[in-house]
Amino acid sequence: MKPFTYERATTPAEAAAAVVRHPGAKFIAGGTNLLDLMKLEIEAPQHLVDVNTLKLDRIERTPDGGVRIGALVDNTALASDERIRKDYGVLSRAIVAGASGQLRNKATTAGNLLQRTRCPYFYDTNQPCNKRKPGSGCAAIGGYSRQLAVIGVSNACIATYPGDMAIALRVLDAKVETVNAGGQTRTIPMADFHRLPGDTPHIETALAQGELITAVTLPRPIQGTHIYHKVRDRNSYAFALVSIAAVIQRDGRGRVAVGGVAHKPWRVETAEPAMPQGASAVASRLMAGAKPTHDNAFKVPLVERTLAAVMAEAKTA
Amino acid sequence: MIERSGIQATRRGVLVGGSASVALTTLPLGSAEAAPAVEPPKMKVSLQVNGKQATLELDTRTTLLDALREHMHLTGSKKGCDHGQCGACTVMVNGKRINSCLSLAVMHEGDKVTTIEGLGMPGNLHPMQAAFVKHDGFQCGYCTPGQICSAVAVLDEIEAGVPSHASASLTARPQASNAEMRERMSGNICRCGAYSNILEAMHEVAGTDVAGARA
Repeated sequence: MKPFTYERATTPAEAAAAVVRHPGAKFIAGGTNLLDLMKLEIEAPQHLVDVNTLKLDRIERTPDGGVRIGALVDNTALASDERIRKDYGVLSRAIVAGASGQLRNKATTAGNLLQRTRCPYFYDTNQPCNKRKPGSGCAAIGGYSRQLAVIGVSNACIATYPGDMAIALRVLDAKVETVNAGGQTRTIPMADFHRLPGDTPHIETALAQGELITAVTLPRPIQGTHIYHKVRDRNSYAFALVSIAAVIQRDGRGRVAVGGVAHKPWRVETAEPAMPQGASAVASRLMAGAKPTHDNAFKVPLVERTLAAVMAEAKTA
Repeated sequence: MIERSGIQATRRGVLVGGSASVALTTLPLGSAEAAPAVEPPKMKVSLQVNGKQATLELDTRTTLLDALREHMHLTGSKKGCDHGQCGACTVMVNGKRINSCLSLAVMHEGDKVTTIEGLGMPGNLHPMQAAFVKHDGFQCGYCTPGQICSAVAVLDEIEAGVPSHASASLTARPQASNAEMRERMSGNICRCGAYSNILEAMHEVAGTDVAGARA
């Protein structure tokens, strides 16, 4: 690990200002992903701003009947919260489908959104990777790509966004609240928060340098059956090959987002009116334009089959 | 010239020398005329470990695991993968289990840490430690401190109603069943494969059978 200086933040805006002030600075909250990457020197911040002191760890009702989740609420606390379990079941389910108990106790809401890809070539510092070293190339294209993205890919990058929580947040139309060094706040819809790789796969989110996530808000609860179905190589403590977050009504209408297939949580709102017609009708619209590799072509039919399983489960729920 | 005194190439030294060897390789190598190495930043941190207050001055890069093992000589917590994948470093911080290898010591100012040594020692074993012995819940023993810390925390989490991937309902109280405990222990890897005996030890402490019913 490269040496770094460390400070504890006092206010959200001051934390943002500290990151802007120090070149190569980063926020640290749970640290479960950042420290892993720092040990491998994939991340090498020269200064860390610890935001754990900012008291952003509460879950509260919003005036419009939704919920505001503080950026520092840990994954266990969020999945266990009575309001989340009752009204936003897809979110609780997505969180407990990810990582291990130890990691969920430490990982935060904001940090989970910002976790980096687990593409093996991003992790292997001997290989070219446009995400780790812009302009160096992509070893994943033409390499071992079974786990990697099949849609929204570019010639520069086929990495996937690895998380589960964000897939549920996308289907729930969550919003991300931030503050910058000047104290200005803004709200970013989940749809716009993560980016497709394009020519700049190292730029993964809509956040500016030093912009700090303060909360994630959920709109009023959506009625229907909440399901998160994750398909993976083993049944616990593994990243998704394909995952589906869905909220489905009694009449078959609903919404769906897919994980494990793209550089961001994958949702195509124009595919959703086809929900009552069945999985095939939805999946063909959701995955239109997919560009899988030889290794991961199985993910395209797997999306349809997983969606069919989710729809069948919703009918019996 | 690199100062190498004090580093002995014992088997243990090689095994635990990860952070030390990284620190060495970050020093400028080469000619004796090279600029003097800049001391890496250090910071003071005060925390309570197993009921005892400790104040340490540490390189900011020191993980909680290395602080426990190398600076406080509590070598019960083990360094397996050092990347949060194996669970051998599991300790409790403020009552919650975490991977101590993926946490910086300086981030634990004022925290209360419980390690395997704090759960119990020979002659005064924690019920989970005694159950692991009784049910043969280990072979080589390397993952055992992490398994036991995790097992104790898992029963607390079930008691507190924390849901898991194995919970059939998000609103019903979880039971200490085989399925629940296996899922919740999946962050602790055992290469010897003592899992079924670990499960028996956990059932004994929970007072439950395979379905999670009170025995």
